[in-house]
Amino acid sequence: MPAALSITQGLTVDYYVILSSILFSIGAIGLMTRKNMIVMLMCIELMLNSVNLLLVAFSSYFNQGDAQIFVFFIVVVAAAEATVGLSILILAYRNKRNIDADLFNNLKG
Amino acid sequence: MILELISIILGGMTIGSALMVILSKHPIRSVLYLVITFFFISGHFILMNAQFIAIVNIIVYAGAIMVLFLFVLMLLNLNKVDEKKTNHPISFTAVIAGGALLLVILAALKDGITFTNTIVKSDVGLVENLGTLLFSKYVVPFEISSILFISAMVGAVLLAKREKQHID
Repeated sequence: MPAALSITQGLTVDYYVILSSILFSIGAIGLMTRKNMIVMLMCIELMLNSVNLLLVAFSSYFNQGDAQIFVFFIVVVAAAEATVGLSILILAYRNKRNIDADLFNNLKG
Repeated sequence: MILELISIILGGMTIGSALMVILSKHPIRSVLYLVITFFFISGHFILMNAQFIAIVNIIVYAGAIMVLFLFVLMLLNLNKVDEKKTNHPISFTAVIAGGALLLVILAALKDGITFTNTIVKSDVGLVENLGTLLFSKYVVPFEISSILFISAMVGAVLLAKREKQHID
């Protein structure tokens, strides 16, 4: 095992693999821990952005632009997803006057 | 040398602000910390010379989507409704599961991680090269994404439209 994050190597893609794995795990933990539905949506955005970071790192590493186009499309899909998710959230707030995810348990057996 | 030092410091600050997103109690603070996280990630993009994606990330994510979150949060006016505490075993299990996820990802990749795969400075992320690629090879998905936006807009208006009779 080489010296971790040796500063003389240059900007390595391995560093970005580790960084985006950590960010993705933080987003997953937040999604499982928090009860507020807005914060849960924000954790999904954090996970999407960590994947974007990994795609851009590999795009620079392989010197191919295709992955950055895919990042652009991921941003587009995230914008559409946030719009629809937030309008569903407003609808949920109108029903229960709260956005706690535990209150929406009508399908619980 | 200086670039790597900047990237390590920026990475630490990114992880710190991402942790503050899920640790802060107030949702508005979470939104603001998420905006800071997106700015740090854009800093990483600039370090990798992906200028177009960095600017798109700031304008669309930090500028549009996060302001949308902030507006919805202020519209709902949740200041009085405090978030109920997550009960302890579920929170503990969630942290264990997330840590196991990170461990599995890193264990699957551990043979490839050698810290020798250096990113050479490339011009592939400049606006000119990405625009040529976007409007030649990927022009059909680009046009289809406009249909996606139209349907998302119609769906959002349809969902959030106030009904005549009050649902209770």
